[in-house]
Amino acid sequence: MAEMDPCSIGPGPAGLLPPSAASCGVVLPRKGEGLVEGRIVGEQAALEVMARELLTRKHPTVFPGPLVLWDWRDGVSPKAAAVLELAEEIPGVQIIPMPDYRPIYPKIDPEAVINPCHPNLTIWHNKIEVCVFVGVHCHYANITLRMIRAGTNCYTVTLCHSAGHEDSMASLPFCGAEQVRALTGTIRRLKRQGLRPLHGEARGIRLTGAQQAVQEGLVWQHGDGA
Amino acid sequence: MALRTLQVAPGFMRFMPKEYQDLVENGPFGRQVKLSDVGTFKEILEEHPMCEGCAMAFFIRLALMGLPNPEHTIMVGTAGCGRMALSQAAIPFVYGNYCDTNGVATGLKRGLAIRFPEQDKDVVVMAGDGGIADIGFSQVMHSWFRKEKFTTVMLDNEVYGNTGGQESGMTCRGTMVKMAPRGKQFDKIDMLGLARTAGVAYIARLTPANPSRVVSTIRKAVLVARKIGPSYVQVYTSCNIEYSIPADKVLDDARQVEKERYGYLEIVSEEAGAYLESVAAEGGEGR
Ligand SMILES: Cc1ncc(C[n+]2csc(CCOP(=O)(O)OP(=O)(O)O)c2C)c(N)n1
Ligand code: SF4
Repeated sequence: MAEMDPCSIGPGPAGLLPPSAASCGVVLPRKGEGLVEGRIVGEQAALEVMARELLTRKHPTVFPGPLVLWDWRDGVSPKAAAVLELAEEIPGVQIIPMPDYRPIYPKIDPEAVINPCHPNLTIWHNKIEVCVFVGVHCHYANITLRMIRAGTNCYTVTLCHSAGHEDSMASLPFCGAEQVRALTGTIRRLKRQGLRPLHGEARGIRLTGAQQAVQEGLVWQHGDGA
Repeated sequence: MALRTLQVAPGFMRFMPKEYQDLVENGPFGRQVKLSDVGTFKEILEEHPMCEGCAMAFFIRLALMGLPNPEHTIMVGTAGCGRMALSQAAIPFVYGNYCDTNGVATGLKRGLAIRFPEQDKDVVVMAGDGGIADIGFSQVMHSWFRKEKFTTVMLDNEVYGNTGGQESGMTCRGTMVKMAPRGKQFDKIDMLGLARTAGVAYIARLTPANPSRVVSTIRKAVLVARKIGPSYVQVYTSCNIEYSIPADKVLDDARQVEKERYGYLEIVSEEAGAYLESVAAEGGEGR
């Protein structure tokens, strides 16, 4: 049988229900490898692409999932710290969490969360053109990534704790804190080497409007004066 | 209680939506909340997409308050209206295929007992009358015959609400619903009698007309299932859409139905009764 050409998995919108990358012949990387737009590359090559995209596209956003948001077992907090350190290095970055996977109806606040049932709403609303998924269980990440590719022009980076994701544009498998820090290091190096980030030199994580409102006490919470 | 799954990783709290900050700080986890505390704690279920004034949604909200240990509970539901609220409540929810709930719950309960031998984990099936008494009937009965230790709650709106008004085995004889224009030809299935025959340890029938009784009934059912054997709660949760009950009259209807035909009934096995008494004597809630 002739070998299948891997199809190129670039930013969308690819249209409603695009075939999954796996069905186009894209295979998962092994440990020490990465996946960039459907092709297997070395880990460092993948990190370079991720770093460049994160620095040069609009409204970079980190989407941390439950595996890194909840301190559910030993090893989470060092990884969580590494993710925050990574975010600090990306000018203009926001963090919008995916705390769990339950559906949110009748209405989601796209500045407050990204939900696997309709991730495109968060991407569209916040005009996100590059994002990092980290700590999202694979089966939810897979469906979410495909929806994002179908309906948005967002470049998706995945730092996967498991086998990686065919449907993201740049993916690294078996990522622990060390790999997250390697991406942070690559970003720092590219900046030192003269790459000018699209969002300037600003440091610090930008709070979304929803996060600011909570922080400033503009949102009522149980216990406030109860 | 140091429940790590409820702790936000260091540094991330300020990015969490207010609902989650609230759940962590004021949720009902690891402590016993009372109905009279409503408004002072973050409930497991708040927003949901069920119809305005739906009695089933009201019941589910109360039932979730009745769980003795929500942080160690998994709900199992299926097709039907109830799962729309259950699937977005703040405790794990498993969607069993329509008919599969009690098989899924069996596996889950047994698996959890092996995985967490030191920690009681409660499994509660909550599904419609169609899900429990029609398509899921055989699995429900077999789980009872096998004495599986979980709770089955029937959300008995006496119709298939979610699919637009077909009659179910629990619809009353003679009742006309949208897609049963000739009226139901048979009696309502006696699920309580069947539960008794199968040896279910705790059986209750009620309406949401008395909220604190809902909370205590669910609590008893879950406690009995944890230690003694299967429990079954059948609750009248009218469908205001299919039975044309104005949203503001839903509780009046529940009161009337309770008075006229549904009543409040508890059938408790000797062993279950003794256990509940011992829990009450300890002043504990089974924590
Ligand atoms: C195997 C299977 N058959 C049929 C359906 C279609 N279906 C979805 S909900 C439903 C009826 C639900 O009625 P009930 O269980 O009484 O719950 P309610 O909506 O009234 O709360 C049916 C027939 C399905 N989802 N799966
Ligand atoms: S259709 Fe009936 S049971 Fe279903 S949500 Fe609406 S009122 Fe409730």
